[in-house]
Amino acid sequence: MSSTADTIDRFVRQEYKWGFYTDIETDTIPAGLSEDTVRFISAKKQEPEWLLEWRLKAYRHWLKMQEPHWPQVKYGPIDYQAIRYYSAPKKKGDGPKSLDEVDPKLLETYEKLGIPLHERARLAGVAVDAVFDSESIGTTHKEELAKQGVIFGSISEAVREHPDLVRRYLGSVVPYTDNFFATLNSAVFSDGSFAYIPKGVRCPMELSTYFRINAAGTGQFERTLIVAEEGASVSYLEGCTAPKRDENQLHAAVVELVALDRADIKYSTVQNWYPGDAEGRGGIYNFVTKRGLCKGAHSKISWTQVETGSAITWKYPSVILRGDHSVGEFYSVALANLAQQADTGTKMVHLGRNTRSTVIAKGISAGRGQNSYRGLVQVGKHAAGARNFTQCDSLLIGDRCGAHTFPYIEVKNPTARLEHEATTSKIGEDQIFYCNARGIETQDAVNMIVNGFCKEVFKELPMEFAMEAQKLLSVSLEGSVG
Amino acid sequence: MLEIKNLHAGVEGRQILKGIHLSIQPGEVHAVMGPNGSGKSTLAQLLAGRAGYTITAGEVLYEGQDLLDMDPEERARAGVFLAFQYPVEIPGVNTTYFLRTAVNAMRKHRGQAPLDAVKFLSLMREKIKLLELDESLLKRSVNEGFSGGEKKRAEILQMALLEPRLAVLDETDSGLDIDALKVVARGVNRLKTPQTAQLVITHYQRLLDHIIPDYVHVLHDGCIVKSGGKELALELEERGYDWIVKSPLQTA
Repeated sequence: MSSTADTIDRFVRQEYKWGFYTDIETDTIPAGLSEDTVRFISAKKQEPEWLLEWRLKAYRHWLKMQEPHWPQVKYGPIDYQAIRYYSAPKKKGDGPKSLDEVDPKLLETYEKLGIPLHERARLAGVAVDAVFDSESIGTTHKEELAKQGVIFGSISEAVREHPDLVRRYLGSVVPYTDNFFATLNSAVFSDGSFAYIPKGVRCPMELSTYFRINAAGTGQFERTLIVAEEGASVSYLEGCTAPKRDENQLHAAVVELVALDRADIKYSTVQNWYPGDAEGRGGIYNFVTKRGLCKGAHSKISWTQVETGSAITWKYPSVILRGDHSVGEFYSVALANLAQQADTGTKMVHLGRNTRSTVIAKGISAGRGQNSYRGLVQVGKHAAGARNFTQCDSLLIGDRCGAHTFPYIEVKNPTARLEHEATTSKIGEDQIFYCNARGIETQDAVNMIVNGFCKEVFKELPMEFAMEAQKLLSVSLEGSVG
Repeated sequence: MLEIKNLHAGVEGRQILKGIHLSIQPGEVHAVMGPNGSGKSTLAQLLAGRAGYTITAGEVLYEGQDLLDMDPEERARAGVFLAFQYPVEIPGVNTTYFLRTAVNAMRKHRGQAPLDAVKFLSLMREKIKLLELDESLLKRSVNEGFSGGEKKRAEILQMALLEPRLAVLDETDSGLDIDALKVVARGVNRLKTPQTAQLVITHYQRLLDHIIPDYVHVLHDGCIVKSGGKELALELEERGYDWIVKSPLQTA
């Protein structure tokens, strides 16, 4: 018979299953960051002058900024000159004309990750943009989407093909001066996805981007921009993985969402970057700025995130509720296992009248993981009738992990109604024994309890991905209690 | 079916069981009675496989197998069931889902196909009537917010669903009013067959008015100090435990 500490110990150990590396010829620039780096990236992408100028302004601003150290996370200094800011699979000639011409090694990589891209095997109801290090290697179902006027593809391509749209909205939600990592991203962003849903169109399929970091010593700085015109609606999902390495890699992305009158954007993330090992060696630093603007009346933006990977997660998907009667939602499951640290939450900024927001955050801490919820609910002085409901729950597995909650509330209108609920619970040895005594294996018992804990969030994910998220969570906790 | 031989066990260096001998055959109902702190619950938990106890001597054979060598879930699948004195709450986990997972774990072990949601529901409807439980409980989280009586009845519902060969009832009567006690006892009695056995652990005699034991054992300070037929329980009710505890048998 094993003791409590023992069983919990075994439970917390796990293997990362997406840690392989694809050996492929790349086009990589030397490490280091300067105006030349910015110019190089911009030239590589054949960008117009205005965008280069914008990048340079960001870079010059960044030089004057300090890295933030207020999050509840610990890590050594990051040497920004030691990072390679651009790496992409080498293109033959002019590059592939279609996905069928893409290097088979790349297609194989995505297949291994469960994202087949080529015609015969691709997922039917989902359009996928596949981003490999600094470049998008292709997007599925583009033509079908175009029939409805939906634009979906890499942002580099959008800059070339739809410069007016990109120029109008890029930086309109997250300005280049926003914060240290967002500003760095504005200077050196390489690729990401762009989606535009025209007026009144309900996007006929799920849109999704799969981000893969492959090359060593690089950072990934992707930029995603989604615009939903009046009455349009779209559901978008992003997934991400990286090889196992002993070094830390920086991933500093920016996502901007714009919803006009009555538009509806649902943005789901299943984040599974390499988390590092149990001793805290390696893993991705996931320092991300995500923000949505409910610009129009009756618009709605909903964030759902399942964060199981990364050594450190620092992100606060937020909604600016500017349009009257607009709605913001944030549903989150964040897991900190091994030596992972997560400082994540949301900001709901109520500016318009009768705006509503809901925040459901579930934090799971296991191993030596440290999980913090940090959230801000702000009600401006003109936001009459604003309402917020926040619930944050923490689940602890074992006795070496931690859960922290930092809720901030700022209200300047007396008609606002805010509710905040918080709970902390622990998967107890007695719960596991109770399940065992009914013939249920420990691993199944833990999964059952964890899934029960997360189900309010999982039900917000698109159906196909809810199953994936459940599986991912159980794999991430595999071997923790045995 | 169950053979406990000279079982010595303790927790954190403190000796609790000091040489238990007990033999249970199929079809029999045994009652273990004793004052608080005599080791009754330790015996029940140990049979179900709870971690944290150190076994210093003796053995337990269940159908010829070394029970102490089996994991708790293996014991459950082999037909050993413990009705908990304090059923555990599992927030967020739906009761029906929990019960179906348990039943299917047992079925898998027996090489039977899993029951789908529809088949399981009709099985459960049939069993739930036996315990006079409200069906709305099944939609709630496992034991969460259940009254004391509901928890105990839900334990017997689980027993009815899992059909154990050896059921250990740990103070199933505690916290029950007389009506609930009768319902629970009726449920337990219906589950009695010539192939199954029951080990009823209780502090009070009143449960044994409704679950009639074939044998009664008195546990005191980690040893069975007296065994007898069902009339022993009545005698205990009348005279208390002191006369046995103080008799010379204690050291025998």
